[in-house]
Amino acid sequence: MLEWLHRPWPWYVTGPLLGLVATGLLMIGNKQLGVSGNFRHLCAAVFPRNVAFFKYDWTRSGLWNLVFAGGIVVGGFIGGALLASREPVAITARAHADLASLGVHDFTGLVPRQLFHWSALLTLKGLLLIAGGGFLIGFGTAYAGGCTSGHGITGLADLQLASLIAVVAFFAAGALASHFLLPLLLSG
Amino acid sequence: MTITVPVTPVARARERLLPAYFLAGVLFGIVLTKGELASWFRIQEALRFDGLYLYQVFASALAVAIPLFWMLERRRVRSLVGEPIVIAPKPLGRGRRYVIGGTIFGLGWGVTGACPGPLFALLGAGVGVIAVLILGATAGTWVYGYLRPTLPH
Repeated sequence: MLEWLHRPWPWYVTGPLLGLVATGLLMIGNKQLGVSGNFRHLCAAVFPRNVAFFKYDWTRSGLWNLVFAGGIVVGGFIGGALLASREPVAITARAHADLASLGVHDFTGLVPRQLFHWSALLTLKGLLLIAGGGFLIGFGTAYAGGCTSGHGITGLADLQLASLIAVVAFFAAGALASHFLLPLLLSG
Repeated sequence: MTITVPVTPVARARERLLPAYFLAGVLFGIVLTKGELASWFRIQEALRFDGLYLYQVFASALAVAIPLFWMLERRRVRSLVGEPIVIAPKPLGRGRRYVIGGTIFGLGWGVTGACPGPLFALLGAGVGVIAVLILGATAGTWVYGYLRPTLPH
């Protein structure tokens, strides 16, 4: 009966809601939608050492963002576990064939279980993909001062050239990595 | 380390708003999961140019946010705290940090199929090993902070 709650949303629902979340944060407290700043706040809170980049009052500028990230975890539980889609992801036939040729055959859930599993950490390629990929994400977003939400939504919505440069760079590099690095990491 | 911050009315209002940020995060997390932006398959579909879904999401998000942001700033609307809504321009400089940083982030995004927002959503969805990815990202940010004085910006 509540089957429709489990269905994934179409792009014309997802996109506008994303725009409204970004607008809502501005209206609540003049906050800009962004998530990658949390890695910096975590460093500042836990292990600032003597690094200038982490010497700031994170409770003042970062607490709202960490609370926001905590909300994302809960929202992820609601949307990705409680109301998880029961069907395999409805990607295009071309994407399906493309990923199958890389050895991905389970299309249920949000991520391929074969890749995102604790046992993956025991192989060099799995460890590189997960820990190495994470390292690049954290290093790159801190360097660029934002990620897909901070630059891709907030910065572009404010028509900032810096964000456009960052977005073009990470889409181009993302396409390269998906085409050339991912197959290497997925091969036996 | 103790820093005494004078408790101003604005600071107090800011703290009162923490539950609002939490709820906004919950909504964002639901959008990321039900909208499949946290889906590895959807990200790979987009980055391998096999489908339009992600591009349609971004285009429609911006179609909504661009006019709303413009109106908020132009009409000098104040936030709930009472501060004027201002989006500080990101300093362009020579732009190198956006090209290099964006490229490094993009490489990580392409192999993991996840960007920072979805990482937290996937953790909530029960993909435990994502905790290692988040730790890796925090380590990456720390190393950037350490090397920052020596890097081109």
